[in-house]
Amino acid sequence: MSFINYSSREINCKIVYYGPGLCGKTTNLQYIYNKTNPEAKGKMISLATETERTLFFDFLPLSLGEIRGFKTRFHLYTVPGQVFYDASRKLILKGVDGVVYVGDSQMERMEANIESLDNLRQNLQEQGYDLDKLPYVVQYNKRDLPNAIQMSELEEALNPTKVPSFEAVAPKGIGVFDTLKAVAKLVLTELRKGG
Amino acid sequence: MTQQLVMYEEELQQINSICEILHRDSNAKAVLVIDKNGQPIAQAGDTQQLDVTSLSSLTAGNVAATGGIAQLLAEREFAGQFHEGEKTNIHIKIVGERVILVVLFDERSSQGLVRLRVKKAATELTSVLEMMIKKSASGSGQPSVFSEITDDDIDNLFND
Repeated sequence: MSFINYSSREINCKIVYYGPGLCGKTTNLQYIYNKTNPEAKGKMISLATETERTLFFDFLPLSLGEIRGFKTRFHLYTVPGQVFYDASRKLILKGVDGVVYVGDSQMERMEANIESLDNLRQNLQEQGYDLDKLPYVVQYNKRDLPNAIQMSELEEALNPTKVPSFEAVAPKGIGVFDTLKAVAKLVLTELRKGG
Repeated sequence: MTQQLVMYEEELQQINSICEILHRDSNAKAVLVIDKNGQPIAQAGDTQQLDVTSLSSLTAGNVAATGGIAQLLAEREFAGQFHEGEKTNIHIKIVGERVILVVLFDERSSQGLVRLRVKKAATELTSVLEMMIKKSASGSGQPSVFSEITDDDIDNLFND
């Protein structure tokens, strides 16, 4: 849940990047971290294994500027994508304000994509959230790979509710900020509604 | 799903004052109050050298993981944690099921003293939190500025 501090005039929101293992959630955050001015970001924290697989979460605090005199701060988190870290994923979804689902465009990852999306919906439900009511965007990553499947197929399988979606090549930054901006806008719009 | 937390000047002053008294009475290096979702709320003591944002996020992650373990063991929660370092020790306590009270201390204090002072501070903090939650629920604090946010305001954030 967003945390509004009238005293220090700050809005704090939590955005979670979700998706199957190795789809590029951490890469999204790393690119954002590398391309953001030092004064607008805090330290990026990655709780990863020795082989650089996310163990618990990555965390990146970002300031996006002011709205009506309120500083907007976004805390970006990733979940560990590997199937057996499900207990950790549930914990990270607590208090979420917006979700980015990162799908892997490769044909051979479609099953993992669908499993992860089902898992997202299920884990949100357990926390009392409904994915269809949350600020939510989809990113199709790895669009540059030769085995990437058609966008229309991805949309049909992974975005049945037709939320905003973006093509991405995360290591090169393609689509990374577009995705972030879209979800941040949805979160702020939700706040306006009094969400 | 927990309710959105809204902090107003009055409550923040009370929380700050609880932190400062705890910092003084427990001889601590620093005291932090953190939302369970990892947002820093208040702090007292020597926090200049601390990365409070990262500390808050990691502490909340730690508390969440410990809560997960508690559930697996059919415990409601493990309300307290203690980490012993060579120079700095950390005492962590969940207050009112909603916020986390963190006390950093060194050899000038002791675990016993910190526990004792935290107990008192936690009781006071609980009553402030209850008031905050009531206020947030009734929306009686002050009118939300967010209802007046326009699409342009939001778009302007991203004009870089």
